[in-house]
Amino acid sequence: MPTRVLVPSGVLGLGFDRGALARGVAMRPDIIAIDGGSTDSGPFSLGAGQSKYARAATKSEWRDLMQARATAGVPLIIGTAGTCGADATVDWMYDITCELAAELGQRVSVARLYSSQPADRVAKALQDGQISPLTPAPAIDAAAIAAMTNIVALAGAEQVQAALNTGADIIIAGRTTDTATIAALPLMRGDHAGAAWHGAKIAECGALCSTNPTSGVIVVDFDASGFTVEAMHEAALCTPHSVSAHMLYENTDPFILYEPGGHLDVTDARYRALDARRVRVEGSAWVPGRYTVKLEGARVAGYQTTIIAVLRSHHYVSNAKAWVEKLTYYLNGAIATRMGLAAEHYTLEFRLIGVDSALGGQENRSGDPVEVGVLGIVTARTQEEAAEIGKLINPFVLHYPLTEDEELPTFAFPYSPATTDRGALYEFALNHVMTLDDPMAAFRLVVTEVGA
Amino acid sequence: MTLGEQVLKVRSKNAGPFWVTIDVFCGSAEVYAQMTRRIETEQVARLFDTPLQLVKRFDIADLHVIKFSIPRPVVQGSRWDRDMHGAQWACLLEELPLDESPLCA
Repeated sequence: MPTRVLVPSGVLGLGFDRGALARGVAMRPDIIAIDGGSTDSGPFSLGAGQSKYARAATKSEWRDLMQARATAGVPLIIGTAGTCGADATVDWMYDITCELAAELGQRVSVARLYSSQPADRVAKALQDGQISPLTPAPAIDAAAIAAMTNIVALAGAEQVQAALNTGADIIIAGRTTDTATIAALPLMRGDHAGAAWHGAKIAECGALCSTNPTSGVIVVDFDASGFTVEAMHEAALCTPHSVSAHMLYENTDPFILYEPGGHLDVTDARYRALDARRVRVEGSAWVPGRYTVKLEGARVAGYQTTIIAVLRSHHYVSNAKAWVEKLTYYLNGAIATRMGLAAEHYTLEFRLIGVDSALGGQENRSGDPVEVGVLGIVTARTQEEAAEIGKLINPFVLHYPLTEDEELPTFAFPYSPATTDRGALYEFALNHVMTLDDPMAAFRLVVTEVGA
Repeated sequence: MTLGEQVLKVRSKNAGPFWVTIDVFCGSAEVYAQMTRRIETEQVARLFDTPLQLVKRFDIADLHVIKFSIPRPVVQGSRWDRDMHGAQWACLLEELPLDESPLCA
């Protein structure tokens, strides 16, 4: 049965064109699906179990989508709710949904699909040989798993379908693959499996597959032989090039995409313009395989304090590298003698902004900058320890002379105090898959009626 | 001449926390044909200090794109990471000097 999926944007919180959303709703979609996150911004969200987007932005856009759902009379689903899709951020999204239901006078059934994994389940799976590393994977054991602050499994189409089968009006899913929330309904209705996954991959970033990426809204029609994609903003065109080029984006392999239970192969996909706005795609293949779900985990790798100074004096700008090497050597000695810390207890790193701070050792250009920013990063075992090191190094970052026979320099500090405590430094700690006999074995569904 | 001066665009971005992928958009069949011959995978491996056997390369004629994917030497967001999104890595490839053989050889 043909299935029409409305995708309002690549992620909730980034905005979409309201006129384009209204046009999409008028096309009578069978479902509205939006992504709520990714690992793109780094490990903090998963580590801390917090959304990276402002609650106000999320609520404002979710209000529009809850109204669009009421108008269309179809399910609304968000995947990877709250950036990382941990249980805490699913509940955060659920709170927002309850508030909005009351404010909008809607009575809705809400299904929550939870993806967080208890450490003992993952440790047992590791022991039972049910966990395999991807390339490259951090080394793990039971202790490393127990030390992670959050572990999530990426749900695929099966878990989303279980949520859809509850008949819920709104589905708030924890971590899912980027594509699962879009592919689930077409697959359930017997549309072409290769097309369902391929169309979902093309649509998961919203209008990024069109000539007007920021307009957000697109509609994908799935059927028995392929899919057709169209952007809803009047100025946004989907062309064979804009659509096929999207397979390059954030993909290591532009032809293969792994999902729970198999992989998508688009090697033989053909992209054809139906008119100036719409592209038809056929020939993508779904290759069934072992049922595995990918795991993501984060752990605390230390606590950080940072300091920034700016060198403007030409003498220091032109000798910045030599100066910072000398300073680092001196400070490591001072930290050892004054605080009694050994090298394995902490790290102190200075990055020279204007010299090589983005590329480090791989930088192969040099210039003559007007000024150089000196970003000092202290990582230690506790926040108190990192802050103490920050205070210890502070006067030297301000005044350390390049040579002994010169007047004491004073560099530019942009604010007081010069140091900033950054809190925990989180690290991604898993790049593994877990084999499941039953797709729902590692996921939980809770359905509630909320609102007025 | 640098690579960037001869193609439409070079971009890079994380592909998950453990990989970075770099796309060279050549812009035309002619430039694509030149670039597939002139950009050597070994150069890219050296540029990003990655073992050659770990560099994945895709020459995609339909899109006039050459794509490279490499495992990140430091995992995204870990202590020594300098570029959370890996988007500045493209500069290294963009600024790669190509030999002076003329484009229409």
